[in-house]
Amino acid sequence: MNNEILNEKARQIRADIIKMLYLCQSGHPGSSLSCVEILMALYYKAAKIDATNPTMENRDRIVLSKGHACPALYAILADKGYFPREDLWRLRQIDSHLQGHPDMKKTPGIDVSSGSLGQGASIAVGLALAAKHKKANYKVYVIIGDGEVQEGIVWEAAMAAAHYKLDNLAVLLDYNGLQIDGSNDQVMSIGDIMDKYRAFGFECIKVNGHDIEAITEAINVPVAGKPKFICCETIKGKGVSFMENHFEWHGRVINTHEYNVALKELGVMTNV
Amino acid sequence: MSESKSLRVAYGEALAELGAQNDKIVVMDADLSHATMTSIFAAKYPDRFYNFGLAEVNMMGAAAGFAHSGLIPFASTFAIFGTGRAYEQIRNSISYVNANVKLGLSHSGLSVGEDGGSHQSIEDIALMRVLPGMTIFVPCDPIETKKAVFAAAEINGPVYIRVARPVVETITRDETPFIPGKANIMKDGSDICIMATGLMLTEALRAADILTTEGIHAAVVNFHTIKPFDTECVLKMAEQCGAVVTVEEHSIIGGLGSAVAEVLAGHSGAKFVRVGIQDKFGRSGKPADLFAAYGLTAENIVTQSKSLIK
Repeated sequence: MNNEILNEKARQIRADIIKMLYLCQSGHPGSSLSCVEILMALYYKAAKIDATNPTMENRDRIVLSKGHACPALYAILADKGYFPREDLWRLRQIDSHLQGHPDMKKTPGIDVSSGSLGQGASIAVGLALAAKHKKANYKVYVIIGDGEVQEGIVWEAAMAAAHYKLDNLAVLLDYNGLQIDGSNDQVMSIGDIMDKYRAFGFECIKVNGHDIEAITEAINVPVAGKPKFICCETIKGKGVSFMENHFEWHGRVINTHEYNVALKELGVMTNV
Repeated sequence: MSESKSLRVAYGEALAELGAQNDKIVVMDADLSHATMTSIFAAKYPDRFYNFGLAEVNMMGAAAGFAHSGLIPFASTFAIFGTGRAYEQIRNSISYVNANVKLGLSHSGLSVGEDGGSHQSIEDIALMRVLPGMTIFVPCDPIETKKAVFAAAEINGPVYIRVARPVVETITRDETPFIPGKANIMKDGSDICIMATGLMLTEALRAADILTTEGIHAAVVNFHTIKPFDTECVLKMAEQCGAVVTVEEHSIIGGLGSAVAEVLAGHSGAKFVRVGIQDKFGRSGKPADLFAAYGLTAENIVTQSKSLIK
């Protein structure tokens, strides 16, 4: 898939995210818009997956540890054909398989239930270590948030990943610098995150988190004997001007006016 | 012919035996393998043993990852750290998704002894009991511990095995049935039913013997499974005896006593009293001295029983 098509897809996925969140009048727009290209690099380029066979034994495992960004994931899974696109408009509704946070028991294509921050990082370590144990050659990708790295379990997981030399694991950080209560530096500084992961024994790469090609290249950089950390520099709320770089849009409800403006910016006609 | 062994040694031996039969079994520990006795498994199957260091919450998350990969992980540490520190990992990463993780957690209850109140889990059953889909085994002796380990491996979903530290005598036999969710009537009786779990079975049986000498016929039931709970047995024995005393090495809040109370309330007029830790923390001491100080003795069961039926 060439870059032009992917960029067009990214725009459509952002519009789907806005529509889903407007319809359910809840959820996390800023966080979802932030990680679209990270997820796309995995689902459209780097990861070995098959939408027609979501439980394929040798598939790569993808864990969205920052589970509150799942509208982005759901929009991509629907586009890939894991379930009908119409399902998206029932996000967070009673009896919908699309839960407020990813649910592996309900949604095809979800490898791990997540959303309690930090736990996905730990589960990913288990998945990667189990793959080594089974001498399987699939890879494990986990997407974490920059507020999430304040969770202690993330560092317990990092220690174990290096200890067990999990070179089949890549941790991708959606680094937009903002969290619910403000900037990382206002809330709880995470310092030099590259240095931290390097000190924990990871191969560390920094990329533009909205450049699918660059993220894909970083994912494909070969490593041996150590896990990989990819710091994806992103913009919270990316693609919608009034949401970009505003921490208030971490989890704000979208009103009708904002909805119309957002879709217009994304070049999509209002279709509710 | 009773034989003495600690439940934790029985746990480690059972894991090693199970490991020989099922290559999907992997064992994880958090730097306590020589206390939980998973070291016995580790010595036999070093390639299937993973130490996670002093990082219990990550161990539980990783256990979920192992389970999602088709393996059957037994994660072990002390009960206080497993069910306490890692509670939300067990809740969200394991129980919420019905991950096939076995929690073999040792050093439960007051019988940890000298380490004191910070290390004595008196609320672990309560914490695990409120999780939908969690199975809870509380074995009373080495034989039952082994059966609990093998039964846990047969269940597709999370299982908590509450393992105690002390050396105890066997009070069940190899041929005694161990059916998950089905309590065992160890002694029948008509005046009062002593419902006990774990190490308290020994005290319950001793209490029943004392009561017999005083002309009181006490039944003794072994609740080796706290969840799913044998409500049928509770109601049947309550009706048969008209009085029930529960006995557990755990807080009277949230454990066996609570489970029985929940069954009896509104369904039985049986008199009822709970012997257990009376909503307070433990402290250092020899297990026997602690049991005496906290009323976890046959003598107190006798006293409570007599006050109930007089």
